[in-house]
Amino acid sequence: MNISRRTLLGTAAAVATVPAISRRARAASTIKIGVLNDMSGPYRDTSGPTSLICAKQAALEFGNKGFDVEILSADHQNKPDVGAAIARQWYDRDGVDLVLDVPNSAVGLAVSAVSKEKNKAYVNCGAGSSALTGTQCSPAMIHYVYDTYMLGKSTGGATVRAGGDTWYFLTADYAFGHQLQDDATRFIVAEKGKILGSSAYPFPNTTDYSSFLLQAQSTGAKVLGLCNAGSDTVNSIKQAHEFGLKMKIAALLMFVTDVHALGLGTAGGLMLSESFYWDLNDRTRAFTNRVKSKTPNNWPNMAHAGNYSATLHFLKAVADMGVAEAKKSGIGIINRMKKMPVDDDCYQGNIREDGRALFPSHLFQVKTPAQSKGPWDYYNLISTTSGPDSYRPLADDHCSFIKS
Amino acid sequence: MLMIFGYPAPLLFGQLLLGLINGAFYALLSLGLAIIFGMLNIVNFAHGALFTMGAFVAWGLLQYFGIGYWPALLIAPLLVGLFGVLLERVFISRLYRLDHLYGLLLTFGLALIIEGLLRNEFGSAGLPYDIPAQLQGAVNLGFMFLPIYRGWVVLASMVLCLGTWLLIEKTSLGATLRAATENAPLVQAFGINVPRMITLTYAGGVALAAFGGVLAAPIYSVTPDIGGGFLITVFAVVVIGGMGSILGSILTGFSLGVVEGMTKVFYPQAASTVVFVVMVIVLLFRPAGLFGRTA
Repeated sequence: MNISRRTLLGTAAAVATVPAISRRARAASTIKIGVLNDMSGPYRDTSGPTSLICAKQAALEFGNKGFDVEILSADHQNKPDVGAAIARQWYDRDGVDLVLDVPNSAVGLAVSAVSKEKNKAYVNCGAGSSALTGTQCSPAMIHYVYDTYMLGKSTGGATVRAGGDTWYFLTADYAFGHQLQDDATRFIVAEKGKILGSSAYPFPNTTDYSSFLLQAQSTGAKVLGLCNAGSDTVNSIKQAHEFGLKMKIAALLMFVTDVHALGLGTAGGLMLSESFYWDLNDRTRAFTNRVKSKTPNNWPNMAHAGNYSATLHFLKAVADMGVAEAKKSGIGIINRMKKMPVDDDCYQGNIREDGRALFPSHLFQVKTPAQSKGPWDYYNLISTTSGPDSYRPLADDHCSFIKS
Repeated sequence: MLMIFGYPAPLLFGQLLLGLINGAFYALLSLGLAIIFGMLNIVNFAHGALFTMGAFVAWGLLQYFGIGYWPALLIAPLLVGLFGVLLERVFISRLYRLDHLYGLLLTFGLALIIEGLLRNEFGSAGLPYDIPAQLQGAVNLGFMFLPIYRGWVVLASMVLCLGTWLLIEKTSLGATLRAATENAPLVQAFGINVPRMITLTYAGGVALAAFGGVLAAPIYSVTPDIGGGFLITVFAVVVIGGMGSILGSILTGFSLGVVEGMTKVFYPQAASTVVFVVMVIVLLFRPAGLFGRTA
């Protein structure tokens, strides 16, 4: 057989391009989601591996609707620069379509700036600062699970109405702590309560709160408002008990995972707010039953459930638009997500144009050891506030891309 | 009410006492570090992780074997001390002839591994460890409510620090130890097994850290970073006290606890940095530290 040199070269070149084309074809039909959170620090249990497990669960249940789903994970170490650098690399180099979770408001805000600059989708489940949909809002972001406004209104308001009208704040000295203190102050003052003082302590790496507790006590305030999260909250409550603090404690942000760490003996009686609890209804119980074998020591809290729900909602939006269209613009997907109602086992409701997800919030009281009947049976439901009533009205946002 | 610098006196006294309590942990940890540095010339960055191990061993003893706080106070330092023997024999002993930096890197790596493994296994939210029944409750001192357990922490660490100092400065064993650091070949010539002595010294320093860990377990949740949080401050304490000076690190530990406590009253945001400000000032005027001898 006579093969010319030219034919041979041409065939070789054609063969060589085949793997490249199929690889690109696969990449084009793969949706990548990056779960960025604290895998090694104080927020590991409130976000961390369980968030990743919940996002993967959503991808698993969503199945293959014409495209593959790949889930990545990284640790931002609670450092805004580290978080922003990972998000940048994910968006630019690794073709990630959605960055998810991002607890710690300082990191959450930094990542939001990156996603806006790159026009890539970002759903925050873990951070609290209400500035995410306020002065620092972004059309490429959805704030999914809770925020400091909701916590201040729900737990703060309920505490004042129960007679706790003078407050002292113990505040983690970073974006989240200050925002939570500001938002809570608004509702305390609105209910005719008074703020008698506050201590802002260095975050992270403060483990001893005794001197702040002593100062709080000396002001004679009735309520100690904790504007912190995760293991900081656990330690402050533990030490308040140790020092026989005569004040009522309002843990403004507390997850079911923190209650677990404290034990009901110490946590029993506390009031707190979450937008999800595993034992809320049949659907939440069904969801928890599906994931709890994968995370037996750390059952899902509201942020974990948010990762599940947000992943599912995002994938539904992608399927609705088509992968090619979805890959074009992050703001495009986010807009589609805002138009579609959220409905899954964890959350039901819709997402407002500023990116605020409006799911109902629940005020719980932690059970005493005698009331608890089994593992993770921790909450009594006190009241539920509808989504639109839980969050800051759009008019008060001062969000730049919303036309008033 | 008596006022000092615009603050009510009872509040200040309370803070003074709290500072002393934190100082007790600084003193215990920096004492171990000073001994190890003095005798082995190793900057032991694994010290915080070994403190953490002490706390975890105490928790594990209770959880899996039902062994309570008091036995744990003895068993945990012993077990962690044995682990220290292993570390010293297998890893650290290979580095004595090399630059300090190698020891620092090795122990830092060990610390990351130990903490990472604990974090992977037990999470970061912390495991509960109760105050022993005998030490529960609090006494009202008039100016503050002092939990009995915290009082015990100060007492126990003061006794232990004093005991260790006496052992090294006033006994013949201590004299041999000090001699071995000065001139190992000469001491060896007297028929004393210097390498074994060095191993035991490392184990002793490590056991002190583990003891601190057990003391800390009921106060803080047992978390993988319980010791790492202390470590950086404790290094500052050792530097301020004078590297390798035992008395220096004890006194500096307690007094810096107090300085930090006072800062929490007047400007809490600076509480985590004030120790380093003191360190810079001390290094400017006394580069060898407050109690150190210039070489």
